[in-house]
Amino acid sequence: MSTLSEGPLEQSATATRAERLAHAQAMIEVRNVGKSFRIPHHRVDSLRERVTHPLRGREYRELTALRGISFDVRRGEFFGIVGRNGSGKSTLLKIMASIYAPDRGEIRIAGRLAPFIELGVGFNPELTSRENVVLNGVLMGLTRREAARRLDSVLDFAELREFADLKLKNYSSGMMVRLAFAVMVEADADVMLIDEVLAVGDASFAQKCLQVFRARRDAGRTIVLVTHDMSTVQSFCDRAMLIHDSEVQYIGEPDETALRYYRLNFGGDADEVRTPGALPEVNVRVIDAWLEDKSGTRLPNVEQGTRLFFNCVVEARRELRNPVFSFQFMDVDGARLFGFNKTLECGEDEPDLLRAGERVHISGEVENRLLPGRYHIICWIARNRAAGDLAMHSMRLLEFMVYGTEPGPGSLQVRDDVRASVIARDGEDGEA
Amino acid sequence: MIEQPLELRKVRGPSALGGGWRRSWDLLYIIASTEFKRTYFGTALGYVWSLARPLLLFAVLLVVFTQAFHLGSQVSHYPVLLLLNLVLFGFFQEATGTAVPSIVSQEAIVRKTQFPRLVIPLSVVLTSVFNLGLNLIVAFIFLLAFGVSPMWTWLLLPVVLVALFVITTAVAMIVSSLYPRFRDIGIIWTVFATALFYATPVLYPLQRVSHTFQEILILSNPLAVILTEARRWIIDPAAPSAADYAGGSLRLLIPIGIYVGVCALAVWIFSREAPRVAEAL
Repeated sequence: MSTLSEGPLEQSATATRAERLAHAQAMIEVRNVGKSFRIPHHRVDSLRERVTHPLRGREYRELTALRGISFDVRRGEFFGIVGRNGSGKSTLLKIMASIYAPDRGEIRIAGRLAPFIELGVGFNPELTSRENVVLNGVLMGLTRREAARRLDSVLDFAELREFADLKLKNYSSGMMVRLAFAVMVEADADVMLIDEVLAVGDASFAQKCLQVFRARRDAGRTIVLVTHDMSTVQSFCDRAMLIHDSEVQYIGEPDETALRYYRLNFGGDADEVRTPGALPEVNVRVIDAWLEDKSGTRLPNVEQGTRLFFNCVVEARRELRNPVFSFQFMDVDGARLFGFNKTLECGEDEPDLLRAGERVHISGEVENRLLPGRYHIICWIARNRAAGDLAMHSMRLLEFMVYGTEPGPGSLQVRDDVRASVIARDGEDGEA
Repeated sequence: MIEQPLELRKVRGPSALGGGWRRSWDLLYIIASTEFKRTYFGTALGYVWSLARPLLLFAVLLVVFTQAFHLGSQVSHYPVLLLLNLVLFGFFQEATGTAVPSIVSQEAIVRKTQFPRLVIPLSVVLTSVFNLGLNLIVAFIFLLAFGVSPMWTWLLLPVVLVALFVITTAVAMIVSSLYPRFRDIGIIWTVFATALFYATPVLYPLQRVSHTFQEILILSNPLAVILTEARRWIIDPAAPSAADYAGGSLRLLIPIGIYVGVCALAVWIFSREAPRVAEAL
């Protein structure tokens, strides 16, 4: 929903925000940083081998992870670092976090820095959560006293106060994640370095993480996020940097960064490179999307078993040939339940094409077999049906809840005519 | 919102004490005390177990050496000497042995947080120091029970302990920082520590071996010097000093040189390996 409500008002606010950020002090200065790893042809990891084969392992190939990286991050900025797997973005984060040493160049950082490369680093299952919170807080860069002072707020945030003296090994995995996340949130450093690993796990949790980071950003913290989820970059980052083949390809507008990233991924196709890529807002814009009941009233949530009507309005910002609109219903874990692909209905003489500025209304009834729970709908749009070019990368369209009194296992209710009956028994058994 | 500008500071990368003394100390304290708590409060008889091992070893060795080799009658206060030696050498052996895989077993912390590398072997040594302290209390109870009367040289015990602590830390730094690159350090160190156990006058007092051996052991093994002095200061003031065995105080410069050499080597190796250790894991 939020993607739709961000109108002009929000934009003017971001404009002043951008201005303010431009004048803010630099919190991170990276200058000409380079890093390479030596990958031995034959890894020697014992002294015996070193002695018996003194020359083996001396030959190695040099793998360049980063080359001439320079950028600044300003105070209060939400800065994204994107790139394909192996582009060097995680290495860069680890260098900034003092986990790896750079071969060349210099990094300067202001204030206290906390790296979040994984949730719950250093958690010890043999300790109580109280002890673990302090331990983890110190690992995240707090002093012991600070960590102890934040103990209460961490436990409150995680809603685990009554389990404070329980050993961590007795926690459910869900409680563990909640605790780890709470520690991280409460660590609250001036500069937070976040790796994408946080985004794995279930979708609603990832969403909650991002909301919290945004709140931290609004509170004036500086956040650097490494990710390859472009929708996150576009909706959260002030600026973003694209790293490709160990070098900085672009630093600037998140939309432009995402665009270039898509070009790298889906590129190769000359047409794709010439025309802007698969970005929301570039080719197509989703104007509105909603669910309604049979009388046409919009429904934020849906009652189990009632009739359900789906609506979506999109506007073409460029000419789109042979567009396909794809909608997928997902459950709370991000599993795809069902979906449909729609093409334009057009007469025989009409071309299957959408001109710039034209709008399409996709609507109709959807059989409602959803069991109570949380769901969301994602949408993507393709063009040039035969080639299957992406016109709009998948985005979350809307979220809703199904409520009702017949919860069941799973997400979908299907009709069945399945019976259990005893197979005709042999004479003796049957008679006896 | 008016904010104070924050000063930009150069990031120095991972190192032995990266992040400053304060942070290193906090981490050291919290990790060592966690480990200590886990050993002593993790099981019902926590402290009893950690005491049972040296005491059992002590009992076995005592029987063997007094009954089979009749050392008891020839060396004054042999049982308490044996116990004190076992406690002191046991500290060295335990700390260095645990230190070997310590950096590798803390892999998650090393690779995922900003962490001063030195804290890892140091926390292992510190945990063993807690142990040593508790074992020493028991050793001194035995000492008094066996009729050793307190003397002013007992005040020199901290000198022995500091000397032992420093060399133990140095060796722990060497083995723990080399282990990620050379995994057979684990086996090598076990063998070496056993050899060192016999090359140090733990089971026997130095006066029981030949003069040549006395000289070789005292000159080549700083631990022998430490234990010899400990015996003289704590148990038997009449026992010969390390200088007597070495053949002159001046010659003690050789084991002292080895001692300082090992420490220097430790600092050199550790500061060389520390920045890259995360990459070797």
